[in-house]
Amino acid sequence: MDVLILARLQFALTIIYHFFFVPLTIGLSLVVAILETIYVSTGKEIYKRLTKFWGKLFLINFAVGVVTGIVQEFQFGMSWAEYSRFVGDVFGTPLAIEALLAFFLESTFLGIWIFGWDRISKGLHLATMWLVVIGSNLSAIWILIANGFMQHPAGYIISEGRAVMTDFSQLVFNLPIFTHYPHVFTASLVTASFFMLGISAYHLLRRNETEFFRYSFRMAAIIGVVGTIAVGVIGDFQGKELRSYQPMKLASLEALFDTEDPASLSIITIANPVTGKLIIDWRIPKALSLLMYDRLSGEVMGINQLQAQYEQQFGPGDYTPPPVILYWSFRAMVSAGLLMILFSIIAIIVGFRNLENKFPWFLTILMFSMGLPYIANTGGWLLTEVGRYPWIAYGIFKMENGFSQVLTPGTLLFSLVGFVLIYGLIIMAMIFLMRKSATAGPVEENVAPPEFTPHLVDPPESH
Amino acid sequence: MSYNILWFVFITVLYTGFFILEGFDFGVGILLPFLGKNDQQRRTIINTIGPHWDGNEVWLIAAGGATFAAFPNWYATLFSGFYLPLFLILVGLIIRGVSFEFRSKNDDPRWRTLWDWCIFTGSLLATLLFPIAFANLVRGVPINANMGYAGGFFNLLNAYALLAALTVGLLFVLHAASFLSLKTTGEIEQKAKDLLRWFWPLVVIVLVIFLVTTFFVTDALQNLTPQSIIFPVFSVLAILGASYFLRKSQYGRLFLMTCFTVGFLFVSIFSILYPRVMVSSLNPAWSLTIQNAASSANTLRLMTIVTLIFLPIVLIYQVWTYWTFRKRVSGEAEKLTY
Repeated sequence: MDVLILARLQFALTIIYHFFFVPLTIGLSLVVAILETIYVSTGKEIYKRLTKFWGKLFLINFAVGVVTGIVQEFQFGMSWAEYSRFVGDVFGTPLAIEALLAFFLESTFLGIWIFGWDRISKGLHLATMWLVVIGSNLSAIWILIANGFMQHPAGYIISEGRAVMTDFSQLVFNLPIFTHYPHVFTASLVTASFFMLGISAYHLLRRNETEFFRYSFRMAAIIGVVGTIAVGVIGDFQGKELRSYQPMKLASLEALFDTEDPASLSIITIANPVTGKLIIDWRIPKALSLLMYDRLSGEVMGINQLQAQYEQQFGPGDYTPPPVILYWSFRAMVSAGLLMILFSIIAIIVGFRNLENKFPWFLTILMFSMGLPYIANTGGWLLTEVGRYPWIAYGIFKMENGFSQVLTPGTLLFSLVGFVLIYGLIIMAMIFLMRKSATAGPVEENVAPPEFTPHLVDPPESH
Repeated sequence: MSYNILWFVFITVLYTGFFILEGFDFGVGILLPFLGKNDQQRRTIINTIGPHWDGNEVWLIAAGGATFAAFPNWYATLFSGFYLPLFLILVGLIIRGVSFEFRSKNDDPRWRTLWDWCIFTGSLLATLLFPIAFANLVRGVPINANMGYAGGFFNLLNAYALLAALTVGLLFVLHAASFLSLKTTGEIEQKAKDLLRWFWPLVVIVLVIFLVTTFFVTDALQNLTPQSIIFPVFSVLAILGASYFLRKSQYGRLFLMTCFTVGFLFVSIFSILYPRVMVSSLNPAWSLTIQNAASSANTLRLMTIVTLIFLPIVLIYQVWTYWTFRKRVSGEAEKLTY
């Protein structure tokens, strides 16, 4: 295997892994901040317990998010040195600002929040959590601004073989950020919502701490309905945007090989991987035009025409991202999203009419649905980033020019295997701890058994 | 002063801030198995840095991000050239970071032992590898005409770099012991103070040897500047000051002095490096400098404004966290968080 493939594989694996933890951090930090706000304003003990219980799970997740984030900050230089040289002038800026504005805020105040329960006033303690929320959202915004440059370069000129920033405001207020950040934010709400629904369902099924988990369930259901619908509406805008600035990504994720007007929407398309000939291609006529233009006609460019157009524009080469990956990630994302809209609407009815004892099977479904946001989040990123192919920065810099020339395949293979092993062990430890803390429920603090009492995974049976 | 010089200074400040703060964090991690003889004591030791370690680590991320934005060629050559040590540093930071959060959330002694070892190993790995990287920046490594690193991993493990690792390793342990003498009570406090007493002469000797060696290994003697002499001298004065306050049992001032020792040590390395950012051992003309590695003036100006506004704010709230948690960690189980 060559360095380019290994570098791409390593970047993909580490960033997908990192993004398992980011949405829950963003979503759950907001939930914890809201719960603590209610606690501070009402003074009722249950809200403090809610804050601490969800806060504890938030922290376990946050720790993994933080340490895997450092890898990303270094990896551009480590395995994408030539890309870093080319874009550093433009692309480095949002990364540096992210550290200065967001990471410091998030990490410093989270430290105070964790350790400050009895040392600072309630109001100040609450403020630290809100600063964590602001910090994690600022971080999302700045990294998406950096990503926005890769998707849709703006505010730069090419001078002496590298990109040079000409207009900072164009870089910041670049087209994708207006949909990407809202999309990530609402997807984070959905992630937090289904995380809470699943854990609350587990306890409600066991009639454990009913009042506590009924409250969590209702709160999560509201967030879920708002989040899932919003993320869908924003996604629709993003699809329309793609038509104008990344038509190839759109054509690939729809498996639209030839330009159509009106364009049809694929229900299922399967091609022979060797010959490329379509085996199954069921399509709804005019439906893609409807999605793109909100009417029954309108041209959508196909893969073959775009490939020809790009060859003319940029010279010979392969400009088609792998349709199989894009097509199926998109469908995984949308299917998971539609299921979540349905489930969160049912959850809101079940939650507010106290029907949870009548529909135990629905609670069981919710426990398994905790995985759905992760499918949708990963699918979304795969299609966004793989869809950039063959570009790192769209239209100006290709992947094949970006990797570190000085690396050998052996070095990269070594680090790749190393990351896989360590990340694998860490996620096992994290899931173990998450399960233990989640199933134990809101245990009272400071009455834990003294050290060295071997009381392990399973929660006490009677509760 | 040009923006290029200013940015060299900013990056010096960020890395130096990182080493002063994470220096004692790393040292505390290394001392963990030696000073904490039971779970209770190890918890206490971890809790002294509990509220701070994550905020301290951001100094590194900020330094990395700033290098990327201000000197893309430095960032690219350094990070791709020193790929393996950086990978190992990342491994160290990863296993150490999750350990703090994971360790005390499960009572199983085997679980806790596992994460204690991760804290120790991760801290030691990072403590030894950072100075190896920085020593090679000034000593010079094979960099070709295209700013590419032309050496291998074992090029980096030369005698001078290993001496740097030893020096910084010992210094961070001393720094951590002076931190713990301020932040703990009873047995741990006593052990930290005992350690300080027999450890500081060792650190003084190694530090002086390292700084003198630096002048012979690098080209500092040929290009003597006031700052390349002053800062190493300050570093030595600070460690001597530390021994003075140790004899007077003034541990607050002692800690201030170990901060200065660490700080001036890294500032010394940067001052000898200046105006280069990476020295090429193949040809001086191929060295990376604050000119040929830098971003455009426009970007540097913009980043200057951002940094001048936000870095002071960061400093203010980080100082506030140390003030908030200024009390000693007593070690009563019900008051421990991590």
